[in-house]
Amino acid sequence: MRTTESSSPVRPAAISAEGWGWRHAGRSVPAIHGLDLRIEPGERVLLLGPSGAGKSTLLHALAGVLGDEEDDSDESGSLLIDGVAPRGQRGRAGLMQQDPETQVVLSRVGDDVAFGAENLAVPRDEIWSRVHEALDDVGLRTAAGGGLALDHPTAALSGGQKQRLALAGILAMRPGLILLDEPTANLDPAGVLEVRDAVSRCLDKTGATLVVVEHRVSVWKDLVDRIVVLQPGSAGSGSKTGTPGVLLDGPPDQVLSEARTMLMAAGVWVPGYVPATRARHIQPGTAQLLLAAQDVAVSRERPRRKGFKTVPPVPVQTDISAQVRAGQALTITGPNGAGKSTFALTLAGLLAPVDGRVSAAVELSEGAGIDPFKWKADQLISRIGTVFQEPEHQFVTGKVLDELMFGPKHLGHGEERVDELLERLRLTHLVDANPYTLSGGEKRRLSVATVLAAHPKVLVLDEPTFGQDANTWAELASFLSELLDAGTAVVSVTHDQEFSAVLGGTELRLGPVAQGESTHQEAGAA
Amino acid sequence: MRDALNIRGNHALLTHANPLAKFVAVFLISLVLALSIDWVSATTALVAELALFPLAGLTIRLLWQRAWPLIIAAAIGGWSTAIVAADSGAVLRDVGLWSISEGSLELGLGFMLRGLAIALPAILLMTCTDPTDLADALAQKAKLPHRFVLGSLAAMRLVGLMAEEWQTIGMARRARGVGSQGSPFQRLKATLGQSFGLLVQAVRRASRLAVTMEARGFGGGQRTWARESTYSMLDVWVVLGGLIIGAGAVLTAVGAGTWSFVWR
Repeated sequence: MRTTESSSPVRPAAISAEGWGWRHAGRSVPAIHGLDLRIEPGERVLLLGPSGAGKSTLLHALAGVLGDEEDDSDESGSLLIDGVAPRGQRGRAGLMQQDPETQVVLSRVGDDVAFGAENLAVPRDEIWSRVHEALDDVGLRTAAGGGLALDHPTAALSGGQKQRLALAGILAMRPGLILLDEPTANLDPAGVLEVRDAVSRCLDKTGATLVVVEHRVSVWKDLVDRIVVLQPGSAGSGSKTGTPGVLLDGPPDQVLSEARTMLMAAGVWVPGYVPATRARHIQPGTAQLLLAAQDVAVSRERPRRKGFKTVPPVPVQTDISAQVRAGQALTITGPNGAGKSTFALTLAGLLAPVDGRVSAAVELSEGAGIDPFKWKADQLISRIGTVFQEPEHQFVTGKVLDELMFGPKHLGHGEERVDELLERLRLTHLVDANPYTLSGGEKRRLSVATVLAAHPKVLVLDEPTFGQDANTWAELASFLSELLDAGTAVVSVTHDQEFSAVLGGTELRLGPVAQGESTHQEAGAA
Repeated sequence: MRDALNIRGNHALLTHANPLAKFVAVFLISLVLALSIDWVSATTALVAELALFPLAGLTIRLLWQRAWPLIIAAAIGGWSTAIVAADSGAVLRDVGLWSISEGSLELGLGFMLRGLAIALPAILLMTCTDPTDLADALAQKAKLPHRFVLGSLAAMRLVGLMAEEWQTIGMARRARGVGSQGSPFQRLKATLGQSFGLLVQAVRRASRLAVTMEARGFGGGQRTWARESTYSMLDVWVVLGGLIIGAGAVLTAVGAGTWSFVWR
């Protein structure tokens, strides 16, 4: 066992892969293969590559959490940390994953940070001094960072705070290697910087080796001293340059200038690059009003029973008014927790407003009644389509084609649109695949296509560009601009300014939540 | 769910007792109450339990808010026992098949009080016990395997998350045209589909959480505990309290001549 004195500095880890490959149990093709890579102690590496290049697989392997002896997964070559297999070295590497909710283990902040150190059998007094230090290092104890007490409930943290908490939990293990697997993909811009800065501070202090996987290069470019681009499509064969598995390797500026075009083609968010998108052609003057919200207060919670009393939920946002017009975009922005998604879902007829009213114009309702929340499910989908942030929430069948046919079959019309949508969103080669097995970008495209198959006049999207690579981003933005020109109204909740710029239209900015007080909304041209 | 399990802000005396001691006390009381079906022992225990409310930081208001379905269930259970139980003594009300006699009313009352008296200690325990502390006690003091205890604790945190997820999936599916309207069969089908969606998400989340835990070194042999689970004098009193309430209930009932074992 390692020595666990608090005075012992972190010993940065070295990584060496020689012809390393991994095939997951039940798959015929290896996720990654023929990887040759050396990372020196203390190096900070940004790992790039298109989805399916095996980046996550590599991080999981380094964290020692890949596969079991029992299953029929397959390893080839060697992957070593300090010359030893990662599996045998608990605590040598710390891993942070994408979904903040699953990075938290216990329900109190202090306990959660202590968890890793406990598992490494660190003595009790030592654990608590590490916990204090780690929480200070990630900035969760400063007034600006939330000033959290040790017994603060972890459920009450924001996404960025949860990720920083996870980092503190990793630091408390004193690992020589920190592995970040798209740590900021689910965060808003403020959260992204929070986490990035915390990582930067901790690396400066400990000198640990870093391997980070992330699409958005600009966030990490100044922090890393090397970029490694993995071969697309995993199979190392057919590589023109360099070793199998690795396409490019070098200092950030060099890699970015040498391979800018190639990286852009692979969908990587190279700094200063906004992918080309289709411009809006039609700028409607006074377009048809389809849907309006008037002085709406919103909450996800339903009225709750407390004994004999029924208590209405406390709204997360009040007094919101907005108009949705045919062929026009409405972008809902604002800080985390301002009720953006909740308002969008209310507008989309999926939540009942706590106060105020959402009303559909006759042109939209077509006899279905004024209140979208009261519409039947099939009435709703042919009028307002909603694309959720997590595509998997909306999958209702086991095949891509069935998924697309689902809406039209229920409605009894529109099946002829399906082929066009498949073609347009590049899903044709996947018709027989199971939706759950698709890549992130494919899932996003599918979820948009399935909702559009019902031909709604209003399309509502919740953070459609979160965690998407530049190619999917550009496709989505172009496609929506086409829809807008064709007369569909597009409402999107987004932090992504470039995205709203492509769509144009109006911006509805929801203010920070002031409990019990009404907040005024500014609406202006985006 | 998340609110109900959060005892932060509760500084009552019993929050400082070892969860295992509280567990033993609750077990003792429940055991005694499960032995008899008379109303005297149940009432004695119930009165004693109500007296413990302030010690656990529980108020009648909180109790009603958290446990009203349980209280109503106990009342309904008692009432139906009174109606359908075999008559004995003077008949008080008779509506054809159903009749209430002194004997059956007594039985029903005893049933209701017993239900409450058995449920209350568990509610008291939950009110003043943090799940994390309970896990610590179970692993360190009761020597249950820590993999199991901590695994369950982490999974419990996911349960609250799943409740939110259920609502989101419901909306997401409505947005696909899967309605909760229609015939009972269609509703059942929709609910099954939603359950499947939730199951998929639960498995995904659980496996990601498992990776997180494993990457933090969980699952090895030796492990230390950041929080030491300890016993104090208070715990002696807690167990003794459980014993006294249990024994008091038996003795009062025997003294009043109402004690009757369930199997007789």
